[in-house]
Amino acid sequence: MSATPIASTAPSRLSVRDGIGRQLDYWWTVYKRTWRGGIISSFVSPLFYVVGMGVLLGGFIQVDPARLEGAPSYLAFIVPGLVAAHAMQMAVGETTYPVMGGIKWHKSYHAQMATPLEVRDLVNAHLVFVLARVASACAIFMLVLAPFGVFASWWGPFLAWGAQVLVGMAFATVVFGFSARLRSEEGFGVLFRLGVVPLVLFSGSFFPVSNLGPLLEWVARFTPLWHGVNLSRMLCLDTVDWPLAVLHVVVLGTITAAGWLWAIRGLERRLSS
Amino acid sequence: MILARGLRKSFGEFDAVRGIDVDVRRGEAFGFLGPNGAGKSSTMRMIAAVSPVSGGELRILGLDPATDGPAIRARLGVCPQEDTLDNELNVRDNLYIYGRYFGIPKAVVRERTDELLEFAMLTDKAKAKVEELSGGMKRRLTIARSLINKPDLLLLDEPTTGLDPQARHLLWDQLFRLKQAGVTLVITTHYMDEAEQLCDRLVVMDRGVIAAEGSPLDLIRQFSTREVAELRFGVGEHESLAAKVEDLGARVEVLPDRLLVYTDDGEEVLAKVHERGLEPIAALVRRSTLEDVFLRLTGRSLAD
Repeated sequence: MSATPIASTAPSRLSVRDGIGRQLDYWWTVYKRTWRGGIISSFVSPLFYVVGMGVLLGGFIQVDPARLEGAPSYLAFIVPGLVAAHAMQMAVGETTYPVMGGIKWHKSYHAQMATPLEVRDLVNAHLVFVLARVASACAIFMLVLAPFGVFASWWGPFLAWGAQVLVGMAFATVVFGFSARLRSEEGFGVLFRLGVVPLVLFSGSFFPVSNLGPLLEWVARFTPLWHGVNLSRMLCLDTVDWPLAVLHVVVLGTITAAGWLWAIRGLERRLSS
Repeated sequence: MILARGLRKSFGEFDAVRGIDVDVRRGEAFGFLGPNGAGKSSTMRMIAAVSPVSGGELRILGLDPATDGPAIRARLGVCPQEDTLDNELNVRDNLYIYGRYFGIPKAVVRERTDELLEFAMLTDKAKAKVEELSGGMKRRLTIARSLINKPDLLLLDEPTTGLDPQARHLLWDQLFRLKQAGVTLVITTHYMDEAEQLCDRLVVMDRGVIAAEGSPLDLIRQFSTREVAELRFGVGEHESLAAKVEDLGARVEVLPDRLLVYTDDGEEVLAKVHERGLEPIAALVRRSTLEDVFLRLTGRSLAD
């Protein structure tokens, strides 16, 4: 006897919008559960950096604006980079332990895979959540910094905000792919110490990469964070080199797209094994 | 509802499922019985359209899981072996959010959530965190969650493993009610009593292949005798004593802790054992079960 053929009424694949939309209730509860902690990490601690490094330490730094890539003060120099670096750190935070948790600990991905959702939908919804997180945190951050007189134009900060969000997404997709393949959370320690920390310190957030010397400067210019930092800074300081800006956007956009595919493939393999 | 022909699943070099044929019909309760590692869960994951088929043919509800995964899963209920409840959510939200994944409108999900809380006897725990629930309650919640989309086909992977006897019977009762309501059930288990209680038809799986197929009663008739006399002697004596009782039944199995004599009249066997001057420490007569079928088919017991 053969299985009863039953015509399917539901379309086999959900649309991207539907795939994400069906998970909104889930991510909303995640948000409600975590927003308090999120305020500290996404807002209070970066503000400490601005005050500590930008205002207090920066008070000792009096240099020719030419050596600060055109910034009138050290504070104005580091703010665009700090926000971009912060976007990266938030994105990494949201795509490391939470991704492994969905696979190994609370297994929410496994539960979701028993529904019409596909891996692509899970990755998309997770990334939309990261996007909302990074975009809102960076927006608030930029708003608070506006009165410090660190922005050279009214429109620059809006575009810089877009650049910061793009940095966040470039890292979110790539790190998602990394986490989806990782067997043990010990790998995250390596990622933070050998990846995130050196990037924050040496990708031009705190000092111009030209200070690194010719060889290391080129190394720094190949890091994705530098593209974001430089783009964010050019836009905030109104010192935009447009062809270079386009290059930055293309690099970050390409990383985001490639990372997205890598993340989907990694999670597909992991959840079907 | 399910049609499999020569179905295979390999993980690298290891063949978990090595070519099985299965037909599951609408409205029946179908079981996969076998020890751990027999390939039951791998088969279930393929049927659930989450694990790609390595070889052979598989149709679920007439659809191909390779191309119609989402459409198949929209009409399945899946109760996995390990609970995948969200510990961070309360009981009600576990149902509600899961229902939303199926694209069920909010108002309808709310209504069904209330019904299913009632069904799972968890209404007074609706606001509790999942962590606070007992093992039996978690299982009931998992089953309730798998029913949120009113599935045509409900897959239950080892539904009562790890539960105490009372919780098991409660769960069996609920599965009976679902069966009465016309839901097709597919159950994997390594408990023969569960298979006997719940399944209309089952396959006995061992090492990735199907060893036998039929209703529990058919299988017992076909592969065992009506009754079994269990004789317990001193440790280490069973092997040597087997020869002395061999002629009393259709077959004798030697287990580390007892001898099983397969016969149609157990009491008569016991009487003859005593006549021969043998004094078992303990002896009992019972009817044959699927455990005996499994022993006969594989030479091993299900608990191995």
